[in-house]
Amino acid sequence: MNFDFSEDQKLLQQTARNFLAEHSPLSVCREVLESDQPYSQALFKAAAEMGFQGTVIPEEYGGAGFGYLELAVVAEELGRALAPIPFASSTYLATEAILLAGSDEQKSQYLPGLASGEAIGTFALVEKPGQNGTEGVETKLSGGKLTGTKLPVLDGDVADFAVIAAQSDSGLSLAIVDLDQAGVTRTSVGSFDPSRSMARIEFKGAAASVLGKEGDGAALADRVLDRAAVLVAFEQLGGAERAFEITKDFMNGRYAFGRPISSFQALKHRLADLWCEIQLTRSNCYYGAWALSNDTPELGIAACISRIAACKAYDLAGVEMIQLHGGVGYTWEYDCHMFYRRAKLLSVMLGSPASWKDKLVTRLREQKAA
Amino acid sequence: MDFKDTPEEAAFRAEARAWLEANAELADPNDPGDDVLGERTDPATIAAAKAWQKKKADGGWACITWPEEYGGRGATSIQNVIWGQEESKFKTPPNIFGIGIGMCGPTVLTHGDDRQKKQWIPKLLSGEELWCQLFSEPSAGSDLAGLRTTAVKDGDDWVVNGQKIWTTGAQFCDWGILVVRTDATAAKHAGLSYFVVDMHSPGVEVRPITQINHGQGFNEVFFSDVRIPDANRLSEVGNGWAVAITTLMNERASIGGGGTGDVIGDLIELAENVDHGGRPAIEDASVRERIADFYTRSRGVQYTGYRTLTALSKGTTPGPESSLGKLVGAALAQEMAAFGIELGGVAGATHGDISTPGASAFHDMYLAIPGLRIAGGTDEVLRNIISERVLGLPPESRADKGIAFKDIPTGPAS
Repeated sequence: MNFDFSEDQKLLQQTARNFLAEHSPLSVCREVLESDQPYSQALFKAAAEMGFQGTVIPEEYGGAGFGYLELAVVAEELGRALAPIPFASSTYLATEAILLAGSDEQKSQYLPGLASGEAIGTFALVEKPGQNGTEGVETKLSGGKLTGTKLPVLDGDVADFAVIAAQSDSGLSLAIVDLDQAGVTRTSVGSFDPSRSMARIEFKGAAASVLGKEGDGAALADRVLDRAAVLVAFEQLGGAERAFEITKDFMNGRYAFGRPISSFQALKHRLADLWCEIQLTRSNCYYGAWALSNDTPELGIAACISRIAACKAYDLAGVEMIQLHGGVGYTWEYDCHMFYRRAKLLSVMLGSPASWKDKLVTRLREQKAA
Repeated sequence: MDFKDTPEEAAFRAEARAWLEANAELADPNDPGDDVLGERTDPATIAAAKAWQKKKADGGWACITWPEEYGGRGATSIQNVIWGQEESKFKTPPNIFGIGIGMCGPTVLTHGDDRQKKQWIPKLLSGEELWCQLFSEPSAGSDLAGLRTTAVKDGDDWVVNGQKIWTTGAQFCDWGILVVRTDATAAKHAGLSYFVVDMHSPGVEVRPITQINHGQGFNEVFFSDVRIPDANRLSEVGNGWAVAITTLMNERASIGGGGTGDVIGDLIELAENVDHGGRPAIEDASVRERIADFYTRSRGVQYTGYRTLTALSKGTTPGPESSLGKLVGAALAQEMAAFGIELGGVAGATHGDISTPGASAFHDMYLAIPGLRIAGGTDEVLRNIISERVLGLPPESRADKGIAFKDIPTGPAS
């Protein structure tokens, strides 16, 4: 039994942690949160120089050619740092979609830019409130032209291209569309977590190229979402653990009734429960990472449990962080709300936790029937 | 990252497997197996369990982590886990030696002198003698050091008076480990001493306790002028608390397995077969959400066990963090059992004939689990252990520090 990262992977994790301590202290997230800038360009560029964006991209396309365990430890560190960059959209979603289904030509066209950080990609499925995945897509793809609206698209305001789901004559399909062309109108929309930006994108006859087999869009999108779910879960895990550590330190230093508030059972038991949630999440995430890195049939279920656990733990960490800080936790000045906001954004960005629970039961029943 | 044995582990597993195949029959993996609180007390079961333990001892497979000179094989913790995994695949009698082998033996090995080890360990290991743990009292549970059973020196003996409770298996045990108060004028933890008592001594009276599920796994044990030779004392007079800590450290949450069988599979099957408003309950979104939560949580506990096994495999001793398994697992099992009952609708409350198929098993589980949430450290004590010993948070203020035991405030019932 070796259910842990290797020494080399832990070394990479430490390298990433040191890098982010220097380049992404929480003040960097706050700067984006408080300004009009949609993300930290300096951090995105520096991360690319470290090779983060190209972690799993093959060397022939300018990446490092590592595996998903390496990307998972990077993700955990980015989550800890609340890194305000379009990493998830570009690396876990757009890059994965192209790696999974791109033609040689598409790979050559997009992967080098994604690896170097010169290009930003995103992934656009939903079109209106209530949607969680590919259900209800109305955007049309006909004769290589796109018509319709995607809303919201995470990082849609800053991305260079998007992988989108659209209806073609063969059914739901994925397509790549450059966002800097006539026929594409982008409008920023407000974000619950302003350190991460979102947009509405309208297509009126924009040129797009089909990604993968036409008509295979629903299955392909599901595969991309499963892979991204594991990686985002590591970001959530990192964020939850950082929120927990900050809260614990605060409680050890805060005195009431003549003693540290962390000595009261009413409060320490809440920290113990939060610690348990984080441990359960770490364990489920490791299983997800194992399934992803070996591309096993278990990935479908592993992705669901990684995501379900991670959404719960990070949401709880954000809620408890504010509550256990007391009044100061509710101030703009303290960092608690940055975790609270990021946790909620991440818990819906790949589809709500309820939608993943529904998916999990479907997959459990399929497994049982098989 | 993988789930494979190292080459050394694989070789050990093969050796264990070979012995088991030669000495036992493979079990049906769908057999629900042992009950959770060791309630099998009939003589035939005890005799079968003793015979199996003796067979293992003769083959060199009993208490394998113990030193070779006392009948063990000096095995590592991960080898012990591997042995347990393999043994569980075979048809064997219920394990009635958990307390003796898991807690009493290690304490005697740590604190006993050579004569004491030679006297007790071989027959404990071979299963010829059964052991129980006499710690808790009516007024000392989570606050174990508040115990009131006394021992007074009389010649070469100690004379014990008082009452112990929640003693698993006391009615068929030969020896017990016993913590008593030998000095009420000393501070609480300083006035305790630790003995091994012959359960067949005059003045020892065992009364079974009937649980909410009719089981009788626990007992009350009364001591009336029971004489224990001073030679049966472990460690110095007044050092009983340190010895008790050794025992409790060995009372480790079980690790490695899923523990709950395939409860989720049973819940899914039940939800596929009961009708909720004209369609199978499994199509109901609220049912699906609960099942998904249960599954995610139970896998989390299982994979946390894998992380503990990984630490063992690398030669690390798991610490208080393994409290998580029981804290999360017991409450989860209770929630799953409750949900299994609720899936049947109004009929969920019926037991037997008209009940939904499989629902009776959830009744049994729902009645067994409250005991698990209390035994071996209540949920609340486990949260204290996690917050103080894993997270390093400061302890609660206490009203019993630095004063003689006899001056500590007590409630009217004591």
